[in-house]
Parts: sequence; C-alpha cells; structure tokens
Amino acid sequence: MLSRMQWVWVISWHILLPAFTVGLASYIAVLEGLAFFTKAPIWGRLSTFWTRIFAVSFGMGVVSGIVMPFQMGTNWSRFSDTTANVLAPLLAYEGLTAFFLEASFLGVLLFGRKLVPPWVHFFSGLMVAAGTLFSTFWILSVNSWMQTPAGFHVEHGRFFPDDWWAVIFNPSFPYRYVHNVTAFYITTGFVVLGVGAWLLRRGRSVEEAKLMMRMALNLLIVLVPVQMIVGDLHGTNTGQYQPAKLAAIEGRYGSQTPEPLTLFGIPDDKAGIMRDAVEIPALGSLILTHSLNRGIRGLNSFPKDQRPPVGPPFFAFRIMVGIAVLMLFVAVVGQLLRRGGRLYRSVWFLTLCQCTAPLGFVAVIAGWTTTEVGRQPWTVYGLLRTAKSVTPSLTGADVAISLTLYVLVYLIMYGAGLAFIAGIVRHGVAQADAEPTPTIEGGRSIPPFVAAAGK
Amino acid sequence: MWQSLVPIWTVILGLGIFIYVALDGFDLGVGMLHGLLPAADAETAMNSVGPFWDGNETWLILGGVGLLAAFPLAFAIIIPAVYFPIMIMLLALVFRGVAFEFRFKSPRVRRFWDLAFCGGSTVATFAQGLVLGSFIQGFKVQGRVFAGSSFDFATPFSFLTGVALVFGYALLGAGWLVMKTEGSLQAWSRRAGRICLLGVAVCIALVSVWTPLASGAIAHRWFAWPNIAFLAPLPLATLGVGFYAWRALGRDGDLQPFLASVALFALSFLGVAISLWPMIVPGRYTLWQAASPPSTQAFLLVGTLVLLPVVLFYTAWSYWVFRGKVRQGTGYHGA
Repeated sequence: MLSRMQWVWVISWHILLPAFTVGLASYIAVLEGLAFFTKAPIWGRLSTFWTRIFAVSFGMGVVSGIVMPFQMGTNWSRFSDTTANVLAPLLAYEGLTAFFLEASFLGVLLFGRKLVPPWVHFFSGLMVAAGTLFSTFWILSVNSWMQTPAGFHVEHGRFFPDDWWAVIFNPSFPYRYVHNVTAFYITTGFVVLGVGAWLLRRGRSVEEAKLMMRMALNLLIVLVPVQMIVGDLHGTNTGQYQPAKLAAIEGRYGSQTPEPLTLFGIPDDKAGIMRDAVEIPALGSLILTHSLNRGIRGLNSFPKDQRPPVGPPFFAFRIMVGIAVLMLFVAVVGQLLRRGGRLYRSVWFLTLCQCTAPLGFVAVIAGWTTTEVGRQPWTVYGLLRTAKSVTPSLTGADVAISLTLYVLVYLIMYGAGLAFIAGIVRHGVAQADAEPTPTIEGGRSIPPFVAAAGK
Repeated sequence: MWQSLVPIWTVILGLGIFIYVALDGFDLGVGMLHGLLPAADAETAMNSVGPFWDGNETWLILGGVGLLAAFPLAFAIIIPAVYFPIMIMLLALVFRGVAFEFRFKSPRVRRFWDLAFCGGSTVATFAQGLVLGSFIQGFKVQGRVFAGSSFDFATPFSFLTGVALVFGYALLGAGWLVMKTEGSLQAWSRRAGRICLLGVAVCIALVSVWTPLASGAIAHRWFAWPNIAFLAPLPLATLGVGFYAWRALGRDGDLQPFLASVALFALSFLGVAISLWPMIVPGRYTLWQAASPPSTQAFLLVGTLVLLPVVLFYTAWSYWVFRGKVRQGTGYHGA
C-alpha cells in the first residue's frame, strides 16, 4: 500500500513535467522554424525565452525520470520479473530513441545559438521535440499494454512476447497516445496563453505577449474540440476492453437500459450504490454506446475482488470533463474577442487566461487518476494483481522512510523550480539578444555556459 | 540463439555501464571538487560540465533499463537488495541535477544550491559505491526473489567500495578539469588529482586483497594455475597506468591525466568482471539463467545495434561543439 503511495507520488510529479515539456518542445521547434525561415528576430526572442523555461523543466524531468525505472526495481520487483520480457524492451527503446536525442540536442539548443549555423540550431529544436514525442510513444505503449495486454503468452506465471507489433500497438494504445499528446499540447497552450496575458497586463514585452496569445488561441480553438472527440473515442475503447473501469468512471453499480448519466453523487463501494445521485435519464447510453437501447455492465455484476474503487475515477473524470468544458469556453471566447478586436484590452478575459494557465496540469493528473485507479486491483489488467507485484523483501518501515524522503525532496525541488520559472517570466522576454557572444580564441569557440546568469 | 545473444548483451550492457561510469564519473567528480574550490574557479569548473551532465545521466537510465530488458531476473533481485543506496543515490542525483539549473540563474540562493551540488555529487557517488560493494558480495536469494533485509547493504566492504568510488570519480573530475581549464585552476586540479590517485591506489589494493580472501571462488579464479599466468597482466597494467597517471598529473600534458584515469577505471572494471564471471547475481544466477527470452533480446538488439552507434555519434558531436578550454568569466562578457 505504501509502495503504491510512493509510486503515485513520484509519478504524479513526474507526469506534470512531460505534460509541459512535450508541448513546449514542439512549440519551440515551431518558433525556431519561424525564426529560421522568416528571419524575423521576434521569433528568436520568443524561442530564447521559452527555451530557458524549457531547460529548467527538462532538467527536473530528467532527474525525476531517472527515479522512475528504479522504482520498478526497488518497489515492484515481482512486477519487473513477470513483465520485463515484454515491457522492458519498450522502456529501453524509450531511452535509446528519446532521452539521448533530447539530452544531447538540448545542450546545443540552449548554449549553442552562436556556435552552430542557424539551420543546425533549428534542427536541434526539431530533434528535441521529436525526442519528447518518441518518449511519449514508448512510455504510453507500456502503459497501454498494462491496460489492454496483447501479443503475449504466459509461462510459469511470467509473460513472454509473441508478436511485438501487437504488444506495441495494443488495443488502447492509439487512442491513449493521441489523447495524451493532445492533452500535453493543450496544457502548454494554456500556459503560453496565461503567460502572454500576464505579460500583457503588466505591459511587459507587449509585442511578444500578443504573439504568444494569438498563437496559443489558434492552437486551442482546434485542439480543444478535437480532444473532446478523441476523449469520447478513448472512452468507448475503455468500455470495450475494460468494462469495470468504465462502470467505475460512470459510477454505475447496477445495470439498466437505457442508462442514465450520473452527473454527481457520493459512491458507496460497500453497499454498491450511488448515494444522492443527480442523473439525466438515458443520456448515459447515448454517450457511452451511441445508442438508446444498449447499456453498460454495472459494477455489481463483477466479482467483488475485481472491482476498482469508484470514488477516485468517478470524481477525477468529472474534474477532467469539467475542465475541458471550461477550456472550450476560454478558446471560443478568445476567438470571439479577437474577431471584435478587443482581445488585448479585455481585462476580465486576460485575468481569466491567467487563472486557467494551470488547468491543463490539473486535467492531466485527473485523467491519469481516472485511468490508473480505474485499472485496480490489477497492474496488468485482468492478469497480474497489484498486491502480487510488490517487492517481497520490503517492510512497511522501509517504504515509509523512503516515501517520506521522496516527499521532502520533491517538495523542495518543485517549489524551487516553480519559483525559478516565475522569476524568468517576471523578467519578460529579453529585448536584446540575451545570449552572450562566445569568445573565439585560436579558432576554438568557448561555450557561453551561463547564458542567463549575468542579468 | 540462446547462446549467441547473451554474450552480446553482456558486452553491450558492460559497455553502457562503463560509459556511464566514465562520463557521469567525471561530472560527479567535478561536483565533489567544486566544494573545495574558491568561488570564481568553482564557477568555471561547473561551467565545464554544464552542457553534458544530463546526457551523461541518461546512460544511467539506459543501464538500469538495459539490465531490466536483457537480464530481468537480475534486475528484480539486485535492485530491491540495494533499496536504500539506490534511493539515496537517486535523491542525491535529483538535488545535484536541479542545482545546475537553479544556481546558474538565481544568485540569492546560490550558496544553498552550491551545497546541494557538491553534497549531492558526493552522496550519489558514495551510494553507487555501496551498490557496487553489495553487488560484489552477493545477496541472499530465495527462488526468484531477494530474501534479505533492506539494510543488508551496510557492510564494511561496501563502505570501502563507497570510499573508493568517491576517490575514483574525484580523480576523473580532476582529470577533466586539467583537460578543460588552465591557469591556477588547472594547477590546483593537478594537485587534487594526485591526492585522489593515492586514495584510489590504496582502495584498489585493499579491494584486491579483500575479495580473494573473502571468496574462495574469486581467489581460485585469480591465483590457480594457469589463470594466474593469463590474468597477471591485468594487475600489472593497472600498476603501470597508475604510475603513468601520477607522472601525467605532474607534467604539462592536458589530455593524458583524464585518459589515464579512464583507463584505470577500465582496468578495475575488467578486474571485477573477471572475478564474477559468469555470474550476474553473484553466487546464485549466471547471465544465462537470468536472461530474458531470445525473442525479447533479439527484438531489442535489432534496434540497439542501429541506434547505439547513432547515439554515440551525436553524443560525440555535442562534445565536439563544446570543445576547447573553459575560461573564467566566460559567459558574462556579452550579458
């Protein structure tokens, strides 16, 4: 149980960073591309600004990422032993294709603007972005396999791979991948929008702030509706392969046709009923099965030891959807204001944008909770129980000690990180080129390592 | 298939771990020396590893995940057995890693992050030494799981290897600084390198005496005839390289001290490998017994053989971009 808490703690904090860096890396690549092709200096300035923020989050992402694979060994050794044949190569491919790409080219992107030709710098931006997408690809493939395992057989209680294609592109993977990447882009979009709005209200770097807001709004008006459709497809997929999870998300204990949609209620797992439920008749069937005469299997029809707890997925899902609606509102209003030419003057909307900046993160965590808690009590859905995955040699005290330390260190690290990024934002976009000119001596260039330190 | 892939994976994994040790070794070493330097030189020292550290640490992930993929049973036994050293190492790496980003840009809290950088580097190194020591000693195993307690790692031997690694990484760090800096910092690094080299020599000697005394199998491996004839060149070479490193640190060559310390590591690494071969969970499971099925190893091998050279290539390229000496105050000129 404590091992799970530790896992939840480290992974929740870790996922926040990819949620941001994946989107940001692509954004920087676009900015670098624009800088390269149009030669307008404003793109370069924007790129430098965001790259600095990216570097901080990426550094935190690297160190919190190193923690992850070792967690699997320290706390989930039985899981590692049983599933490694199938899952470990995917993780290794993540390392090979993604981390190195990101880490090596980030150095160039950060410190090398003056050391390499412009096209190489642009190329580095592209590679960093590609690295983050590869990384997402592999890690979500692993996670999807745990949700909807495919392409394997079981021997002496361990998994053996049969068909790698089926393992990687397991049934829920395509939906999950698209859903996640879109979510990461949207998260970044809202951060960029919020930062732009903040700068605009303070009257700092006005040109750049306007540009940030315009770009973010254009992205969001497309992606937010797309995300809602993808989410719906993903949900249908879940219903097909993980009916118990869907039932938990919907808070359905009993089965009835047509299914109502529960808007809110207090789930009671012991009694197997939803208390104080607010329901809309028949809407549930319409959304979940896209018809009026089919329903879903209620949780009470599953054996008691195969039911996930309802509370976390039920509430987390509602938080996620609520945020999606709010996001759609912001995106649409933003476009309308822009049409009317009032976007940059509307104080209430700029304030709203500032407030919605962290929403993407909340939605990502909520979505993650939905899918992970919804999978319980399994680590590999229907095959390997969570209770049978943990390391047998660990005592409760061991994990309690390590969990406490992880909590402390992460709080310090994320606190400092946040304060630090806030500091960068407060400075605004540097007007002159912020990167110092490298000293060239004897044909050898010297890296400007502390690009931002002097300011 | 069985027979042919396991040695390949052993070599790849060994190579991966060695590259990690050599690369992150120097930047952890620079981290430790950083605490002993006056402010201006410390700044330069840190700048010299700035663009590389995250790439270096990526090899650690690859080592961990590679072990999981190629020898899952070993991963499932070893990692839980060194639960606390691993945890301490990870947290220390977290601290020193973020210190790079945070201290570069926020002067107010610089002292705290300097401490985090130096302390984190030292603790992470020591913890890696603990892991090495526990690994050489072997673990209590029952069936397919580790059966000891989470505190089994704490033995006099593992503390010795911990200290050994601290000196070793500091030596690599000093070698790196000799290569990348000049003037007073370089001279200082030469002296520091010599002190570290002495420490390393004492530790290597102690470990070399201790392991054969503690384990009959290891003693037999090294001293039985005809092994002793084949293996004798290794300790002799180690001795030779040690002397070379000592002299190189005293002379003018910039590159030699670093190369010599890397070679010293390579020889020690080889020594440990010879002692333990063909065990991956010492005393219990061989490489072959702990290996994942051929289809897993083959699947990953295809990609690795293509990607690893590419990775090596652009890693080398990024070192090439930032070649040359790092001077004090570089980076402040234009800002």
